[in-house]
Amino acid sequence: MGNVNINKLDISYDTTFILNQLDLSIEDGEFIVLLGPSGCGKSTLLNAIGGLIDTSGGSIHFDGKDVTWTDPKDRGIGMVFQSYALYPTMTVEKNMSFGLRIAGVEKKIIQEKVNWAAKLLQLEPLLKRKPSALSGGQRQRVAIGRALVRDASIYLFDEPLSNLDAKLRAELRLEIKKLHQKLKSTMIYVTHDQIEALTLADRIAVMKDGIIQQLDTPYNVYNKPANLFVATFLGSPGMNCLEGRLSKKGGGITFISSDILIDVSDYQFINSPMEGQKVTLGVRPENIVVRGGCEQAKNVFSGMIELVEPMGSETLIWSKFSANQTLSHCVNSDQIFTKGDSVQVQIEVTKCSVFDTETGFRI
Amino acid sequence: MLSISPTNLKFASKRASSIQMQWGRIGIYGFLLVTALFFLLPLYVMLVTSFKELDEIRLSSIFALPQDVSWDYWKVAWSSACTGLECNGLQVGFWNSVQILIPSVIISVMFGAINGYALSFWKIKGANILFACLLLGAFIPYQVFIYPLIRVYAEIGIYGTLTGVVVSHVIFGMPIMTLLFRNYYSTLPIELFNAARIDGAGFFKVFFIIMLPMSTPIIIVAVIMQVTNIWNDFLIGLVFAGNDNLPMTVQLNNIVNTTTGERAYNVNMAATILTSLVPLIIYVASGRWFVRGIASGSVKG
Repeated sequence: MGNVNINKLDISYDTTFILNQLDLSIEDGEFIVLLGPSGCGKSTLLNAIGGLIDTSGGSIHFDGKDVTWTDPKDRGIGMVFQSYALYPTMTVEKNMSFGLRIAGVEKKIIQEKVNWAAKLLQLEPLLKRKPSALSGGQRQRVAIGRALVRDASIYLFDEPLSNLDAKLRAELRLEIKKLHQKLKSTMIYVTHDQIEALTLADRIAVMKDGIIQQLDTPYNVYNKPANLFVATFLGSPGMNCLEGRLSKKGGGITFISSDILIDVSDYQFINSPMEGQKVTLGVRPENIVVRGGCEQAKNVFSGMIELVEPMGSETLIWSKFSANQTLSHCVNSDQIFTKGDSVQVQIEVTKCSVFDTETGFRI
Repeated sequence: MLSISPTNLKFASKRASSIQMQWGRIGIYGFLLVTALFFLLPLYVMLVTSFKELDEIRLSSIFALPQDVSWDYWKVAWSSACTGLECNGLQVGFWNSVQILIPSVIISVMFGAINGYALSFWKIKGANILFACLLLGAFIPYQVFIYPLIRVYAEIGIYGTLTGVVVSHVIFGMPIMTLLFRNYYSTLPIELFNAARIDGAGFFKVFFIIMLPMSTPIIIVAVIMQVTNIWNDFLIGLVFAGNDNLPMTVQLNNIVNTTTGERAYNVNMAATILTSLVPLIIYVASGRWFVRGIASGSVKG
């Protein structure tokens, strides 16, 4: 079992709060990713769950049991660190079995567990090697193996892939995902990499300044961001933000930026907007679609291409639509565009996000 | 032509720089040679004098080689030179020094390692103040402590015993040993310590199973420092050891500074070399360990 309940958790150094009144509850078997920029408190939260730093207030419960002041070793957790933290003087085998040896588990059982984890992570040929004779990816696999051997109900990952190169990172990401599907245990994973977050998580907790901004499925976090921070933090290439106000004149609802008018009647507002409300319209580059011909459709604009950024599978284009509106939009990389061409695009309003400019919240 | 000239230029500059480097190298070696000679000269004088007869010492130049090499004076220095009333040579002091050295080095290095480990990983409240106090101890001269320590030792009955000297060496070695180990441990990633804690190891298990095996380079440095310091110590040995346990340095002083009779320079020189032999051997034997880093491989690479 691996439920985690965090109630009103405070963590402060001297007088500065790193985490303030944080609540988070994690279901058994869930893969939670804590995502945020550096300094947002995500690693602090993970360390608090692991019992590696003292809390200043609030409580942490595992399966209903209060573990706020329990020693890390008694929490039933396994942890993987960014710098691998392998014991340099021990072989891979000894590294993986260390926890069990400390706990005084029978030799036969230790052997079985180590072999099981080694097989799972394809570490069998490396068991007799020292960490210094391993590559980065192998070291991180050993670190994961060491956590697995402990038979924990909750696994904590502290930016485990940050030190690896892009290709290895993608490989190991896949392995972690497979591992979660196989073991079905609770995993809490800290990262600043949105791709890792989106691919791995059941739910993502986006954090900033020690506060969880949004806790939701990857789909919702990406497509229905709760506020401007989440909207701009996720997505690469980043979201276009247009500032303006709403007008309800003439039946529908119109978004008016300085020299651009967008009909947002089809957008699903959470709260009914007010006349003249100052809002920010967030449009992801993939929601601005190139339209050929001159169909009479809503929200079609023509602009001039200023910059073309090929990104392999797709191409990002920066086009100028009016005197002070330059937006980025994606096109299939098969389509050839060059600087100076004119282009006609449609903004898909239903897939946009509208935020109150003052509060930053989605409306 | 255009494609050739830059290559030529490159060669020319390379040649110029290599000639410069050669001259620089000659300068460096020259300087090192002169410095080495300067420092080796006293050793040379001691060595040749220790083999000469007294008459020869008086008559010839101090740099001259001995006419016939004789080990007699070394034997005298070792086994029959007079240190006050007894005439058993330096050997008594040597064994006393060994008896003082071994427990003092082991205990003080051990204490330093545990202190350094506790201070850098188990961040308790006020750890920094504690560390500052300990460091302050390193700056207060020994002499200040001597009288209070004598009183304390007399009170608990270890004044003038082997235990008294060993305890003193451990106390006086503590600040520098702690500093040494604390600085070394603070370069190790805290994650290593966290990983061990999650794996279930407590204070001493983390120390003995994880940290200590990684500390070989710094332990060697610490041992070298302590062996040299304790072997060369004069004051603590003189004050706290008592007549039966006087270390080699004190015995040497007693041999050299006898006020009666003829000064046996050859014996004195031999005795001095014998006394300084232990730290010398330690330096020569452990030189290669200085550079080794054991921690490589634990962190990213």
